[in-house]
Amino acid sequence: MTITAVAAEVRAQRHFQGTVRRRVTSIVMIVIILAFAAVLVMPGLIAHTSPLDNGMDLLAAPSAHHPFGTDQLGRDIYARVIFGARPVLTASLLGVLLASLAGVTVGTIGGIAPRWISTVVMRIVDMLLALPVLLIALILIATIGTGLWSIVIALGVAYTPGFARIVEASIRKLRAIEFVQAARIFGSGGVQITIRHLLPNLITEVIVMASSAIGWATLTATTLSFLGLGVQLPNPDWGSDLAAGATSLSTNWWLPTFPGLAITVTILVANYAGDWMMDLLDPRRTRSHARFRFLRGIGHTMPAATNASAASEGVPGMAGPAREAAPQTSSSTASERQS
Amino acid sequence: MVFIVRRLIASIPVLLGVTIIAFLLIHMVPGDPAQIMLFGSNATPEQLAALHRQLGLDLPLWRQYADFIGQLLHGDLGTSYATHNSVAHELVSRAPSTLQLTGSAMLIAVVIGVPLGLIGGFRPNSIWDSISRVIAFIGVAVPYFFLALLLVLIFAIQLDVLPAIDNGTPAALVLPAISLGWGYAAILTRLVRGRVIEEYNSDYVKSARARGCSEARVLLGHVFRNSAIPAITMLGLQFGNILTGAAVSEVIFGRPGVGSFLANSITNKNVPVVQGAVVLIGVAYIVINLVVDLVVGAVDPRARVAGATA
Repeated sequence: MTITAVAAEVRAQRHFQGTVRRRVTSIVMIVIILAFAAVLVMPGLIAHTSPLDNGMDLLAAPSAHHPFGTDQLGRDIYARVIFGARPVLTASLLGVLLASLAGVTVGTIGGIAPRWISTVVMRIVDMLLALPVLLIALILIATIGTGLWSIVIALGVAYTPGFARIVEASIRKLRAIEFVQAARIFGSGGVQITIRHLLPNLITEVIVMASSAIGWATLTATTLSFLGLGVQLPNPDWGSDLAAGATSLSTNWWLPTFPGLAITVTILVANYAGDWMMDLLDPRRTRSHARFRFLRGIGHTMPAATNASAASEGVPGMAGPAREAAPQTSSSTASERQS
Repeated sequence: MVFIVRRLIASIPVLLGVTIIAFLLIHMVPGDPAQIMLFGSNATPEQLAALHRQLGLDLPLWRQYADFIGQLLHGDLGTSYATHNSVAHELVSRAPSTLQLTGSAMLIAVVIGVPLGLIGGFRPNSIWDSISRVIAFIGVAVPYFFLALLLVLIFAIQLDVLPAIDNGTPAALVLPAISLGWGYAAILTRLVRGRVIEEYNSDYVKSARARGCSEARVLLGHVFRNSAIPAITMLGLQFGNILTGAAVSEVIFGRPGVGSFLANSITNKNVPVVQGAVVLIGVAYIVINLVVDLVVGAVDPRARVAGATA
């Protein structure tokens, strides 16, 4: 066998292995996501006892009958963990959905509106980016009161600036590309260009951004309910159950441990789902680590830091929209200054 | 010098925005501030009106904002509804505890994150790389408040080597700092690892090797220096998140800091305290990022040019 034939065979084999691995990952991911969907939609099928039922066994350790043990009132922790998924997942999924819709709207305005409007809008975005996400969420909850829907709104608003910044940068980049220029020359108006040419090209990026934001949103949502600002006891919620169990950590370790593990697993799955989604939508990129992308995106949004963090993007095969967007942001601000 | 001045000017709008948000809070929170202050004292409408005048709530909005800024410049953040003490005084007395925790968490992030990233990037896909990945992985997935509880369970309850509740000693800082810093260590590990791999392929490393530099010198003298810069920037950008994380950790570990004070004030609608804390955190964030940019500018001349365009 010649060397080239061997090389070709090795290449074919690698390609095959890559395809197989990708398929297996996809199947595993779909199964896990379906499992989460089942827990979200019909928790009663998975846990047969109600999370509010006071049983006879108080503070029972994990056993065959109560796999995760029971709490002070004899409530089954397993049932509470299963039913507690609903508020957490609702808050993070709806919060991210809200943030991506608002972010696309604000970012589009920032990208296509006349200069003075876009400057004002993006300055406000920059200012919000200077405040920590949790602080924005806390301010909003102080204003609108506690509860699950407050958390959804708080997450939506707190994550909007991150989306808006990246969308704005992409829109500015897209507007410079020939096909958009061509559409303009052929007489398309601003609205038509936005709807027909700009927004469709943003969909992949926004989906990838949203899927990698879900992990962070889950962390923020559980932090807020951990602080007692979300779903109120006795209703089950991982954050508030974790906080309630924290005081009896030394005597009954299972009280805080299982809600905490549930949060951990959810964040993990969200991060892997983000990676998977990115591989699926943009297969050219080999391994992209979506879990850090969202943060990077925010990193790009601070103008002074743009260069340093843009340089940090240079991991082989990691060139992404955020990276390409970065010089665009700084050059656009530079041109504003000159003019 | 020009770079420093430009950077200072760039942070003014952000600073103004933060004060506007803080100022508007008093009008966004439902309920009349005067009524909250006089709660339970059966105030007559005349007393309410008098308090309105005293607080300046009858003035037009822009006058109120101007007064608010004027007070801010004098270091006056108003008085707490709950204790009637000066908010500035209460915040300043609590700030050292929070800053200690934030600082130690950042230190932990650097001490764990940077070496792990260096090791991982130095020999990618080796056993050390895998170990560093597992450690980073835990940091990303486990929420810090849960990690805090697990650490308390192991080190305070089972082994009884470190205190779980703040008692004023440096040892009490260890568990909160590790639980908070670990997640950011994970981010740094990832960042530094990627940078090190990239820097190893660059021309200046080849030229250093060609000049006969030892491998240790290449790694520590050349690659490390260039990989550390984005790590500093990233840490500066994360400062605000670490600060609010410290606030949550304070609640868990019973530390008397700004965070637990803020959390209480939010539930009690103690608006002046929330306003003061927002301004304080916003200013701290701006100052830290300014310092970071100046440090990066000092270490890396290329950043000065980039900073000037931004």
